[in-house]
Amino acid sequence: MTDIDNREPVSRDFDLREPDTREPDSRDRGGPRQPILSVRGLRKYFPLRGPLGTINAHVQAVDGVNFDVMKGETLGVVGESGCGKSTTARLLMRLIEPDAGSIVLDGDPIGHGGITLRELRRNMQMVFQDSYASLNPRHTATEEITFGLRVHGMSSAKARDQALASLRLVGLDPTVFADRYPHEMSGGQRQRVNVARGIALNPRVLILDESVSALDKSVQAQVLNLLADLKERLNLTYVFISHDLNVVHHVSDRVLVMYLGKVVELGPVDRIYRAAAHPYTRALFASRLSMNPAVRVGAVPLAGDPPNPVRPPSGCRFRTRCTMAEAVCAVVEPVLSDIADAHQAACHAVIPGSGHSQAEAIARAA
Amino acid sequence: MSATVETGNVASTPRAAPKRRKTGGFWRRVARHVMRDKLALVCTVVLALIALSAIFAPWVAPADPYKTSMIRRLLPPLSPNYILGTDELGRDMLSRLLYGGRVSLAMGISPVILATLIGGALGVTAGYFGRHVNMAIMRVVDVFYAFPSVLLAVAMAGVLGAGIFNSLISLTLVFIPPIARVAEAVTTQVRNQDYVEAARATGASAPRIIVQHVLANVTGPILTYASSLVSIAIIISSGLSFLGLGAAPPIADWGLMLNTLRQAIYVAPINAVLPGAMIFAASVSFNLLSDSLRTAMDVRA
Amino acid sequence: MHLYILRRLLYTLPIIIGVTIVCFSFIHLAPGDPISAVLPENASADLVAEIKAAYGLDQPLPVQYLKWLYHVASGDFGTSIMTRRPVVSEVLPAVANTALLAITAITLSFTFGITLGLAAGFSDRRVTDRSVTAFAVVGISVPHYWLGMVLVVIFAVLLRGLPATGMGPAGTHFWEFGFEDLRHLVLPALTLAMIPSGVLARSVRAMVAEVRRQEFVQTLKGKGLRRPRIFLHIVKNAAPPILAIMGLQFAQLLGGSILVETVFAWPGTGFLLNAAIATRDLPLLQGTVIVLATFFVLTNLAVDILQTAIDPRVRRT
Repeated sequence: MTDIDNREPVSRDFDLREPDTREPDSRDRGGPRQPILSVRGLRKYFPLRGPLGTINAHVQAVDGVNFDVMKGETLGVVGESGCGKSTTARLLMRLIEPDAGSIVLDGDPIGHGGITLRELRRNMQMVFQDSYASLNPRHTATEEITFGLRVHGMSSAKARDQALASLRLVGLDPTVFADRYPHEMSGGQRQRVNVARGIALNPRVLILDESVSALDKSVQAQVLNLLADLKERLNLTYVFISHDLNVVHHVSDRVLVMYLGKVVELGPVDRIYRAAAHPYTRALFASRLSMNPAVRVGAVPLAGDPPNPVRPPSGCRFRTRCTMAEAVCAVVEPVLSDIADAHQAACHAVIPGSGHSQAEAIARAA
Repeated sequence: MSATVETGNVASTPRAAPKRRKTGGFWRRVARHVMRDKLALVCTVVLALIALSAIFAPWVAPADPYKTSMIRRLLPPLSPNYILGTDELGRDMLSRLLYGGRVSLAMGISPVILATLIGGALGVTAGYFGRHVNMAIMRVVDVFYAFPSVLLAVAMAGVLGAGIFNSLISLTLVFIPPIARVAEAVTTQVRNQDYVEAARATGASAPRIIVQHVLANVTGPILTYASSLVSIAIIISSGLSFLGLGAAPPIADWGLMLNTLRQAIYVAPINAVLPGAMIFAASVSFNLLSDSLRTAMDVRA
Repeated sequence: MHLYILRRLLYTLPIIIGVTIVCFSFIHLAPGDPISAVLPENASADLVAEIKAAYGLDQPLPVQYLKWLYHVASGDFGTSIMTRRPVVSEVLPAVANTALLAITAITLSFTFGITLGLAAGFSDRRVTDRSVTAFAVVGISVPHYWLGMVLVVIFAVLLRGLPATGMGPAGTHFWEFGFEDLRHLVLPALTLAMIPSGVLARSVRAMVAEVRRQEFVQTLKGKGLRRPRIFLHIVKNAAPPILAIMGLQFAQLLGGSILVETVFAWPGTGFLLNAAIATRDLPLLQGTVIVLATFFVLTNLAVDILQTAIDPRVRRT
């Protein structure tokens, strides 16, 4: 089998832990109840330039996003194409500069006298979707991994050892894969190298942006198992972005649902998947087809395309496709509010006192 | 629970450094493809012949290229002692052609090399940093691109004065814009790939990313394009000499020889066209070779 | 669409200004005094200053540039040092002659190149393909001034059928539609036509081959369309980039005819350029370069706009 199970001594920089150890992480600053990531008011508009180069309008890609990521959890992020999930990921990684908003890593704000970008990058890394272009075609697996390590000051020799250890951790035999080029590897192997690159710097948070979406199902399963394993052993926190609802269900502890640049629902995975509050979330899950051929879906749960992110609908952005929309939805934008224990939603119909007829019913029933 | 190792054996110790055997290096693949192309092989041989005979001209040439002889002017080819005849001042054509190769080839290759360095740097910078830097650099490049190449070369050479050095400057200036454009286009393409994002995500500085990630991926297309410019460079530089703007007599240079022999075209037509045949041969070979290089680069293993 | 044209025009304007700046700087790049050609030897300092003032060379550079630009925009390119006549009156007839040559050459090359390219693209025989490709490669690699000389050797020296130089009998400067003048036009036009023919043959062949490979052609065949109509479809699809290449080649010819004109002593802009360089006649040099460069830029612009009009896919924002 594999020597991962055999607990062979690996490079000392990898602080592998037994699944049930209570030894605290030396980098922990606030204890388990402090979120490792706290995002408030994140906003990014992309300017659209007219034919003469002047700025006409903005694509409101991410508009006022708030959420926390707790230590050691996997936060799944779902939504249709264009809802802003990938932009949010890049904003978290500061690959794009946000227009507004704050990101706090374990109690320390990023920038403004808190954590520098460089320190952020040591603590948070990203695993990209397996495209052929997620790995430099001219770099061997080792070279790709050692790049980041050498950027942070590691010597070449030590970096190579660390890279080999990473490869081993992701299940790739270094004697075979160390000097292979991307075109000499299968999709699953490339994705493992992607993961190895992500964990090589020993981060605390790993953002996985559609990391398994391009893989065959069987390979997907292997990589997901690998990710689960690594999370335990390296004490990682995951932000798992995907459009594949089944995969998100399988891996996440909590789920964040985005629509047109806003967070519409946030809560524990089972609650969201079984009893979602927001109509969009419900429609999203209703559109999943069952494996049982006897169960047929009659009506289309979610009609049409999302509206134009340049000129989103007033008030609640989902109201144009919502079966429960009422007058108040066009006027007042719903705020992400607690509707149950650890469950938040941004919909007038479920927030008591919002003016929506259904909300009154809930308030009366309570 | 754990992922399976996808290949067989486990290393005995974790620190066993694997054998450093880079299997499919990029340039090796390209070279292999080029060598399989028969036409490209022929061109390489021809070019090698021309180049080598030019480099070793002092040893290979049968006579002194500067030695004039007023009685032996314009002898036709296959005359005794003068295989290719003599020029209008009685100098041996073969020797002049061989020595001329040094100047003509150098004048063709040097500007392209210089322009690749300068134009490549400009284009990569513009492509990587995008937005304002890109606009600033490429606008200036576009101004020079707005001149037809021959016109710009001739005008610059005319203004600066004749001479090899000046025509070198003119030609470099002519080739910087197209190379910069290609470099910018390729760099912009590479810049948007995920692996560059990943490199930025490690917190590396821009120069580091450019050197270690971007350059390796853009030099291929840039060099291929530059190699296709060599044949044009040879033609234009010889053209400058033909107009009297490049090498000055009595230096042996193919373009200059065409110029001086032109007056004798009615008397010794074969002699008059010989230097041009050399230009043609060099140009065709470079062209075919760069074509082969381009197809080799398009092939993904 | 109109917005695109506007945008392109706005973009071209700074380019043209840049071109004028480069042309203007020619005078100051030249080693030695710009007016050394005008000055008698051992001129006194006073005389030098006087002549400099007369030419406006004592003013600061930006002022000189603007004054010069104003003159150029109103059609005054200065006076030729060599002939003492306005540069414009020298340049315009030369442009006409070059245009004549260029148009003839381009027509020849279009006909030739496109026919060959189509033949190679549509034929499935290797021989055709190979020979056209060989022709194309030769076409783009040949030094055209040498080719001119070779043609002169063959047709003027050996066969004595066509004249070697000049635009008309006894080197006239005005072209008439006579048989004699036509004979003079043949060789230079053929020479100039070589490179564009090669480029076009190669491009047309590649485009046609690529379009033929595409799936929609198979669909057309499946629908039962007869060959001539399929041919038309393919040509319509391959046309836009080819038109662009044609336009560009024409622009190149206008600007780059100097070498061929020198070989054939054709009194066009190239010839004029040569003379200007030989006599260090900087105003003439400037004037000629500006006219040619502007033609080039405008032709490129026209090609761009035309291409967008024809091919909806090419919509560069």
